[in-house]
Amino acid sequence: MDMEKSFLSKLKTYFIFAGPVTIAFFTVVILPFIYGIYLTFTDWNGISATHSFIGFQNYLQVFKDKVFWTSFLLTLKYVFFSVILINAIAFFLAYLLTSGIKGQNFFRAGFFTPNLIGGILLGFIWQFVFSNILAYIGQHFNLPIFSASWLTDPNKAFWALVIVTVWQYSGYMMVIYISGFMNIPRDLLEAASIDGANSYHRLKNIILPLMVPSFTISVFLTLQRGFMVYDINLSLTNGGPYKSTELISMHVYNTAFLSQQYGIGQAEAFFLFAVVAIVTLLQVYFSKKMEVES
Amino acid sequence: MKRKEYILNGIKLIFLSIVFVLYIFPFFIVLINSFKERKDILLNPMMMPNKLNLSNYIDAYTKMDYLHAFANSLIITVFSVLLITLLSSMTAYIFVRRKWKFNQFMFFFMVASMIIPFQGIMIPLVKIYGSVGMMDNKWSLIYMYIGFGASLAVFMYHGFIKSIPVELEEAATIDGCSQLQTFFKIVFPLLKPTTVTIAILDILWIWNDFLLPYLVLISPDQRTLPLSVFYFYGTYTIEYGPAMAALMIATIPVIIVYLIMQKQIIKGVLQGSIK
Repeated sequence: MDMEKSFLSKLKTYFIFAGPVTIAFFTVVILPFIYGIYLTFTDWNGISATHSFIGFQNYLQVFKDKVFWTSFLLTLKYVFFSVILINAIAFFLAYLLTSGIKGQNFFRAGFFTPNLIGGILLGFIWQFVFSNILAYIGQHFNLPIFSASWLTDPNKAFWALVIVTVWQYSGYMMVIYISGFMNIPRDLLEAASIDGANSYHRLKNIILPLMVPSFTISVFLTLQRGFMVYDINLSLTNGGPYKSTELISMHVYNTAFLSQQYGIGQAEAFFLFAVVAIVTLLQVYFSKKMEVES
Repeated sequence: MKRKEYILNGIKLIFLSIVFVLYIFPFFIVLINSFKERKDILLNPMMMPNKLNLSNYIDAYTKMDYLHAFANSLIITVFSVLLITLLSSMTAYIFVRRKWKFNQFMFFFMVASMIIPFQGIMIPLVKIYGSVGMMDNKWSLIYMYIGFGASLAVFMYHGFIKSIPVELEEAATIDGCSQLQTFFKIVFPLLKPTTVTIAILDILWIWNDFLLPYLVLISPDQRTLPLSVFYFYGTYTIEYGPAMAALMIATIPVIIVYLIMQKQIIKGVLQGSIK
């Protein structure tokens, strides 16, 4: 199919078809990324016209910053619990919803609903639920656990954030697990049943190994989204009370745009990028190793 | 055996119904309180409204500049998605059909870049586009969505185009179609399933996106729906009634579209997740 002989006609074909995407991709993703590397070595404050080159000082400052590490560890804790809970619940729901139960399409649609609505709105909706509804229930039915709003207690506010995240994403991951379940050959399960395997054995020896690809995707997505979460954090707790729920993405935003330390903020962003890249690549690498053919 | 299965199914159904209620409960709570006055909300947020009072909605609608925000969201989403699918499919096509070294390199480069999180580029992005005066404009935002959305779209189209036999296109070429005509008359229609999947994923992403519009759009008349809810909520936090109504009018259009296109949306998400 190669009709272009000369370099010029090749160039012309390339630009007709791929020109706009190439330009947008380079100016929106690559150029800022490279410029971002440069910014981490400067002391730019966002306003002044000049900035000077300061070497690795920003990185050093990030590593010495206790608040940054608190925020980073909190994010790790948040990612850990939300990834486990989302995937466990999503897997379980998908398991129930592929067993031929009545109304399964209705349930699937219902559990997916939170994903249609942006994080900002979800955060505000739950802010009302936590500070008005649950507090009301706690006070009127004498349930001490709910009597004060969870969002004013540093420890409970963290769990509020986890709950909302699990509620938001478990329906999405459920859809991924449903497709995994549907790809398991029926005759394999039937043959196992005839051979006398009970449902626990079928789950352990057939279903789980064949579901590894679904786990790979779903864990990858939840890891990435967990590290990057910003909008729910902003509208549900706004990092409060007393910065006790300020996750890393919000910390980066605040450092750069509120404290106007763009160089430091960008250094933090790159640190985050490196962590996410390493964690997700390792996860995909090890899960791929576990995949089997049916 | 039959009886046991029957009971087991009953337990499953009850369990799923409870979880379902838990999932829908927050929306329901916002809905009932959106009709109530502030004092009723504070007195008992669980109580059903005693009449269908729409004043909160009128309040939220006007103060949010709802129609304007809705139109902005619609324009941004529609143009971004149209351009992402159109331009990315053309790019993927030339990447598959011309095995030039450069094309292979570009494809690899775009796929590799997908690992860069938005937080890693947002600060320089604001600085660069601020310094060339391209902020606070929805067309700049659409341009950025093309840049951010192209990689995944090219990747998904690439996988699909590879499976299309080349003979059809050769026949079209012999019949005198130019390259662009071949693409639009023969290839693009064949890509429809992938286009639908990408469109659904991108609509969900762009319609609900917060951080990028929050950084780029500054003046109130440029705001998208999520932004307008955010600013409205910030200003009227104590006015629970209108705040609840604002959440509802931002949610309802999405729910309506979902009720109509439920099957396609779930299918699109499903196919998108397998890639």
